Amino acid sequence: MRPTFCHAVLVTVDLSERSDASMLRRGYRVAAEMVRAHPGPFSVSVVGAAVFAGGSVLSTVVLGRLVDDVVLPTFETDQVDSTTLVWAAVAVMGVTIGRSLGVVTRRYFAGMTSERNQMTYRQRLVDRYLGMPLSWHRQTSAGRLLAHAESDTEVTTTLLHPLPFSLGVGFLAIFSAIALFAVDWIIAVVALTVFPAMIVTSRIYSRHVEGPAMEVQAGVGRISSIAHESFDGALIVKTLGRSSEESERFDQAVATLRSRRVDVGYIRAIFQAFTEGLPAIGMVAVVIVGARRIGSGDMTQGDLVQVISLFNVLIPPIRVFGFLLESLPPSVAARDRMEFVLGEDVPSPQTGALLPNNALGVELDSVSFSYEPTSPILDDVSASVAPGEVVAIVGSTGAGKSTLATLLAGLMPTTNGGITIGGFALDEIDETSLVDNVSLVFQESFLFADTLRANIDLDESAAPDDIESVLETALINRFIDDLPHGLDTILGERGVTLSGGQRQRVALARALIRKPRLLLLDDATSAVDAVVEQEILARLRTDLNTTTIIVAQRLSTIELADRVLYLSDGRIAGQGSHSDLMENDDYRSLVSAYEEASR
Amino acid sequence: MTATPTTQTSETSPAKTSEIVDQQNVEAEPEGAISVLRRGLGHSEVLRRGLGVTVGMGLATAVARLTVPVLIQRAIDRDPLPDGGFDVNYATWMAVAAAGLIIFANTMLWATQRRLVVRSEQAIADLRSEAFAKVHQMSVADHNETRRGALVARVTADADTLARFAQWGLFIWTMNPPIMLGTLLIITWYSWPLALVLVAVYAPIIPWFRWLQRRQLVAYDRHRTAVSDMLGQFSESLMGAAVVRAYGLQQHSRRKITHTITSRYRAQLVANKYMSGVFISGDILGAVATLAALGVGTIFRAELGLNAGELVAILFLISLLNNPVGQLGEVLDRTQTAVSGWRKILSLLDHPLDVIEPVEGVPLPDGALSIEARNVCFAYRDGDQVLNDVSITIPAGTNVAIVGETGSGKTTFAKLLARLADPTAGQILIGDRSLESVSPQSRFTSIRMVPQDGFLFNTSIRENVRFGAPNATDTEIDDAFSQLGLDWWVKQLPHGLDDVVGERGESLSVGERQLVALARAALADPGLLILDEATSSVDPETDQALTAALRLLAEGRTMVSVAHRLATAEAAELVLVFDRGRLVEHGHHRDLVNAGGRYSDLHQAWLGNTR
Repeated sequence: MRPTFCHAVLVTVDLSERSDASMLRRGYRVAAEMVRAHPGPFSVSVVGAAVFAGGSVLSTVVLGRLVDDVVLPTFETDQVDSTTLVWAAVAVMGVTIGRSLGVVTRRYFAGMTSERNQMTYRQRLVDRYLGMPLSWHRQTSAGRLLAHAESDTEVTTTLLHPLPFSLGVGFLAIFSAIALFAVDWIIAVVALTVFPAMIVTSRIYSRHVEGPAMEVQAGVGRISSIAHESFDGALIVKTLGRSSEESERFDQAVATLRSRRVDVGYIRAIFQAFTEGLPAIGMVAVVIVGARRIGSGDMTQGDLVQVISLFNVLIPPIRVFGFLLESLPPSVAARDRMEFVLGEDVPSPQTGALLPNNALGVELDSVSFSYEPTSPILDDVSASVAPGEVVAIVGSTGAGKSTLATLLAGLMPTTNGGITIGGFALDEIDETSLVDNVSLVFQESFLFADTLRANIDLDESAAPDDIESVLETALINRFIDDLPHGLDTILGERGVTLSGGQRQRVALARALIRKPRLLLLDDATSAVDAVVEQEILARLRTDLNTTTIIVAQRLSTIELADRVLYLSDGRIAGQGSHSDLMENDDYRSLVSAYEEASR
Repeated sequence: MTATPTTQTSETSPAKTSEIVDQQNVEAEPEGAISVLRRGLGHSEVLRRGLGVTVGMGLATAVARLTVPVLIQRAIDRDPLPDGGFDVNYATWMAVAAAGLIIFANTMLWATQRRLVVRSEQAIADLRSEAFAKVHQMSVADHNETRRGALVARVTADADTLARFAQWGLFIWTMNPPIMLGTLLIITWYSWPLALVLVAVYAPIIPWFRWLQRRQLVAYDRHRTAVSDMLGQFSESLMGAAVVRAYGLQQHSRRKITHTITSRYRAQLVANKYMSGVFISGDILGAVATLAALGVGTIFRAELGLNAGELVAILFLISLLNNPVGQLGEVLDRTQTAVSGWRKILSLLDHPLDVIEPVEGVPLPDGALSIEARNVCFAYRDGDQVLNDVSITIPAGTNVAIVGETGSGKTTFAKLLARLADPTAGQILIGDRSLESVSPQSRFTSIRMVPQDGFLFNTSIRENVRFGAPNATDTEIDDAFSQLGLDWWVKQLPHGLDDVVGERGESLSVGERQLVALARAALADPGLLILDEATSSVDPETDQALTAALRLLAEGRTMVSVAHRLATAEAAELVLVFDRGRLVEHGHHRDLVNAGGRYSDLHQAWLGNTR
């Protein structure tokens, strides 16, 4: 039962298929996806980068002119020409301001592109987190899903920071290259050798860093999973005194992450040394070859100065290109990890028949449910519940009562057989109509970290009178005055500041306010004091026009029902009125165990 | 349910629902970067170790890097030979020397990076581990006030900001100041008055960056808070997946999450805005510096004794300053992000603990443990009094039931016995030893509490049981279920005890999860067993069988059960009756019924309705 999804396997298969494609191609795909999503800010950023690049070229020109037109004449004539000086100032400031605006535009909008893409990814993740079926969630670590929402989206978009710059200065690089060839083809070849050298270096880098980078993202997901689960179970950890073992489990994952990060850091250290060093070495090569060429009379000294300044213009693009290549593997790795969620198709909400607006009858036709065929949890369950009836489901722990309630609410599909509600097959009913008319109150009452009011009126659509009336029915008005801010009291995460019974009453009110036509109570009042429970259940009968199916343990609750479905080992072992079923020995010993004991 | 010392009025004020680790008022200016840095360095010994060597290496790299462009400049720009020719050999030698320096600089760069990576990653890993351990040391009250997502953010996203900074920022911080200083020194060598002029031009950058940095700090702090909020909201919608689906809340949840996603985006954009300020200022000051040097250098050339070549060299050197100043602006930005994350982690680590373990604890005696409560009071931080002056002495080996209405303080009392929190006044003695002086190891083995909360880890049932008894063999675990008479339940599981239970154990029903928790207790050998409505979701027949089995288990132990059923109270040797935080009655069931007090009312109600 409860098969674990083969996520790990899926991801691995995915990877092995992908690694055929080169890192550059995969990086291109990720970049294209993001640029397509937000072309506006990206384009602005590219323009900013182009302005910056142009400004950079201009500023070298201006600096050259400063020397030629201001410094040298001043020293030669031994007098300062103030007009020239003012013009120089205007030129320098103008170019600088232009360039600064370029860089700011580039950075700000590159940042915006990246942030917007993070929003888009997060939104896509949310769609899936909310759209995927319950069974998917029960198998998927919440911590891992959290890591997708933060770390993976962020790392994926790091690619966007050097990208506009690389594109924006691309044409500049081409222009400089042409100019280099115009000066001297040998020196141009020497200078441009840097580019293939960079590509080769980055390929080697990618190949080495790809594995560790993937493992780093996996490691981040892993520690997020452990932390989420462990903090979630903090009370158990505390009562069992297992915090040091939990720390050990976490520390191991952290140590693995650390050593993978160090691996990546080492590889990157080498790569950085090369991307920093290669252009400089290129420069040296240009000087040495240039000196020879001057010596042999093929070039003038002025040519060499020009080549050097052109090469200087080329260096920043080369560096940025290096950054881009450096950020490819982590980005691609992070994006690949998210594919596990983003690759899922969100099932679209079912449309179909609308349920009638009165108490709903229920038919179960040979319903079976199993996680594994060999051990069914529900096996061939057939029963019918008339509209308005109150039916108790009774059975021992593990008999399949909760599963049956979950199936009736349409939260999981049956494995075999059909369920009909209000005359329509469950899978034909419009999803909105179903959740509006069928309310399941869970055994464990999950409360949101929000006000009491928001926890009851979940979609903020109820009239104040309705809220008042459910407060009364669920007997919340008995304790609401003790809360510091009444209905506006904020309940802690998972509503932990209320007692178990109070939480269950809030969860009940949440269902009642929707005026359900089929109310499913999965042992939903177990923590409520017996006396209070009786009162609530009596009110339910009078206040609502609904069919009620109630999973019950207490004899007094069972006695309230019109009819009882007795489940044993996933099968119907009897149905009828409570008093009839009391003839059944197994049933009697199940439900009246306490009475027998105290006799 | 997530059990806590809960009572009817145990409400925390809305303001307190924010993260404990965000105690500082967001509006107030957060702690400065330098202070965080000092605190952080003080915290992580590994960062301080060998820091001098690393900085020295960074310095060497910087010097080498700085020399390269100067050499190249010399190679091509050296005054032409008298005959107007070009000295090929001189240029070549300069270039070769430059090549040597480049190789040296980049080797140093590589070595420095390696050192930084190893040390910073170690420091980050340590911080994560410490923060994780700290979360588990916090009391249940702290946990209630903090969102799961925010706590997870501390050990993941916040630490990641540090990691990202360490990859690049640290290096720039070690490299660039020496480069800038070195450049300035060379300029000083050419002309010290001009160097002074430059210092004067660049000086405003310090207050300006400080101002910007303070704004950035606030911006990034909000950003980190927005990240926590977002993760909290994500986490909630994941944990509440069942409710969301059953109530068709997808749209509603989407709206709430989208809101936090958008807030995070906005907070980031605000932070980015300040970053722009950093960039513009660096570049513009560079231009002003160039112009100042040009103006002063040409106008006062005689006074300064400069020639054309020297002035050109100085202008060239100033252009070398632009890059590191710009990078420093960027690194400042990344530093702020890292500092905000760092501060969040450090505040978690500095958060005062409610329950402080003794340095050298005393062990509890073997066998059944006596309980003595002396004027025990418990109140939440916001002042809600949950327990009021509770005093009772319970002899070792007694079977005790605690009864009372919802919110009477019965669960809180049980939790204090397991030291999930400490009394705010009064004292608890277990086995004649003050509970606060008992060593945690001894407490965990000798006192075992089974909470109502049926949280399970997403692994097999067997491993979940082993979680309470790490050394238990498979047979012992099987036997634990047999002892409790649960073989029938194990048999119907497809893979028996090897069944995997799903996230939070949600593939099992609540009652089934309670069975697993009881099996854990059955494996343990505690002198005091505390059951907090541990069978509340189990069917009556199984409950009865469990009660009988537990009674056998409790032979030779003290057993305290928070009772949800009359049967438990009837079977107990001593019943404690709680009402509104006070212990109002205690005695045997029979006597209490006859006494006609609070208990007899409860009993009547029970009898009339259910058992």
